[in-house]
Amino acid sequence: MNARLLGTVAMALALATQPLAAQVTAIGPGEGRLDIVAWPGYIERGETMADFDWVTRFEAATGCMVNVKTANTSDEMVALMNEGGFDLVTASGDASLRLIAGDRVQPINLDLIPSWSTVDPRLQNAPWYVVDGVHYGVPYMWGPNVLMYSTEVFGDTPPTSWSVVFEEQTLPDGQSNKGRVQAYDGPIHIADAAQYLMFHKPELGITSPYELNQDQYNAALDLLRAQRQLVSRYWHDAFIQIDDFKNEGMAASGSWPFQVNLLQSDGAPIASVIPQEGATGWADTTMMHVDSEHPNCAYLWMEHTLSSNLMSDLSVWFGANPAVPAACTDGRGMQTAEGCTKNGFDDFDRIRFWTTPVSSCPQGECVPYYRWVSDYIGVIGGR
Amino acid sequence: MTDTAQAPATGPLARLSDQFWRRPRLLLVLLLALPLLWLGLIYIGSLAALLAQSFFSIDEFSGLINREVTLRTYGELLRPANFDIILRTVLMAAAVTIAAAIIAFPIAYYAARHARGRMKAAFYLAVMLPLWSSYLVKVYAWKLILAKEGILTWAVEGLGASTILNAILALPVIGGNSLSVSYIGTFLVFLYVWLPFMILPLQASLERVPGNLLEASDDLGATPGQTFRHVILPLAMPGLIAGSIFTFSLTLGDYIIPQIVGNSSRFIGMAVYQHQGTAGNIPLAAAFAVVPIVIMGLYLWMARRRGAFDAL
Repeated sequence: MNARLLGTVAMALALATQPLAAQVTAIGPGEGRLDIVAWPGYIERGETMADFDWVTRFEAATGCMVNVKTANTSDEMVALMNEGGFDLVTASGDASLRLIAGDRVQPINLDLIPSWSTVDPRLQNAPWYVVDGVHYGVPYMWGPNVLMYSTEVFGDTPPTSWSVVFEEQTLPDGQSNKGRVQAYDGPIHIADAAQYLMFHKPELGITSPYELNQDQYNAALDLLRAQRQLVSRYWHDAFIQIDDFKNEGMAASGSWPFQVNLLQSDGAPIASVIPQEGATGWADTTMMHVDSEHPNCAYLWMEHTLSSNLMSDLSVWFGANPAVPAACTDGRGMQTAEGCTKNGFDDFDRIRFWTTPVSSCPQGECVPYYRWVSDYIGVIGGR
Repeated sequence: MTDTAQAPATGPLARLSDQFWRRPRLLLVLLLALPLLWLGLIYIGSLAALLAQSFFSIDEFSGLINREVTLRTYGELLRPANFDIILRTVLMAAAVTIAAAIIAFPIAYYAARHARGRMKAAFYLAVMLPLWSSYLVKVYAWKLILAKEGILTWAVEGLGASTILNAILALPVIGGNSLSVSYIGTFLVFLYVWLPFMILPLQASLERVPGNLLEASDDLGATPGQTFRHVILPLAMPGLIAGSIFTFSLTLGDYIIPQIVGNSSRFIGMAVYQHQGTAGNIPLAAAFAVVPIVIMGLYLWMARRRGAFDAL
């Protein structure tokens, strides 16, 4: 009887600690296949442009054939991972903690990733994928949401504040900014407004733009309602924004380095800046599904992301920053030190990275993301 | 030797064929089973699954879906921000339908009653041609045409009519910074994209108006205007209603045009997409999806009473 009791206790313990027990302890030979959920453009095999390929050499070296399922939003990523059938996901900060809380991803054994030590120290213990000291992934890419502006309008003096997109004013070319600025067509833009208020209205007591109580949230919405009067169109698709800066006479907008790089390479009079208030940004992590069917290939891929040309070439391709600083300088790919500086590599401390707003927060009760969505629809509709 | 012709068939296929001959219903059931299964399970079934979601609600605090039957989600549709979306979409669909009918009528009338031979072929080609190119290409092309620095503004400036364009853009609500970011732009693109769906049924119904009725109307002393009001228009009404079903329902459900051309204010389709895709608020998305179904149900019911389907 004692033996049976012990057995039951052992089993209960084993069940309780299953996520930890599931951690891989050694890498065997590859299973021949790897399924990844990724953002569009994140995993390129030279099919879009021949120069951008970080898959075929991995496949040749390991025999793991890579299958990519692209997802357009963080919510799609979470839904796909909940369905299962995938090994890895490139999750942004507004998805990663949800995946960890839902037990959809497993802890990573860093000893099995030799290049871990080359990861940017600023990212090695980032709170959006490290919970209670346990690492649930390997950093992939990060980037700021910059203020993009037209040098024809601003000349040689870049705007110093996000106020050019939040408050009506006369721009250096003598005309009002009304109708000539854009804003991001996603509820997470409420955080940009909150960040602006953090700087200009400290009496509201905002400590994080992703944790807003009702009063702080209302103030952010009021700012956005004023912004609606200035914005002629909210940008949703990067290529439509590029087109608007070419054909609609846009003066300034929050944007990604991706659009800035593409416009500049087209010769458009465009530049970008991170204003005095700082900026929001995104940081993505490669995370491994708790029921991954190809764990060896998954570990081999995580090592590959850190050690190959991937970080360097992807940062050129996407206008983002590599998680391995050496990728900027050691010539493993096309990225250069100047390129990384341009993508905002030195501005890490001025960026507040995207996280999902949830109702429980340090100051008690915060407005959850679901309300952000419906209220932002109202703001855009003029309410 | 003579009875070989009447000997019972022996092979399995032949026996099956005999069975079908004896029981014609069996063949009918077998042939219809697959399409009916498709319609019933895959189409109606998935629609019902979606609609059932609209009776659930989202927990305000945690954002999780609460699977208890309630009408609260439908109540949310009446919130000002959501009701705006419904009103905006219905008004746009109505405006597009009316404008399409007005533009399509003379074109369809000419094609049905005057164009002959090559001219008629050319007409069909001209109406159908836009349908051959990709919908997205057309919408993006219109975005460029209507842009502030686009060809239309350039042409208007060349004609010295900028003041007129600026006066139109200065109109409250429907105006904007440029045509491509205003409701007028959204309206123009909708009108262009759905116009063929109004012309074709209208033309079919106009072709069926008997010529001797028009002559009789003329002989009895009716003016052309009276003939139009009392003879042509009533007889063409089924075609007009059929066309309006297309333009109205297509505008009601579209979510791509208002995303590319317009001032970013939501239409029903965009709201469904966003609540379902990014917010995870499937009950509200489902409730929004019910709105066009209800509106179209009412519309079709009225259309049936006006005899729009008599010719089918």
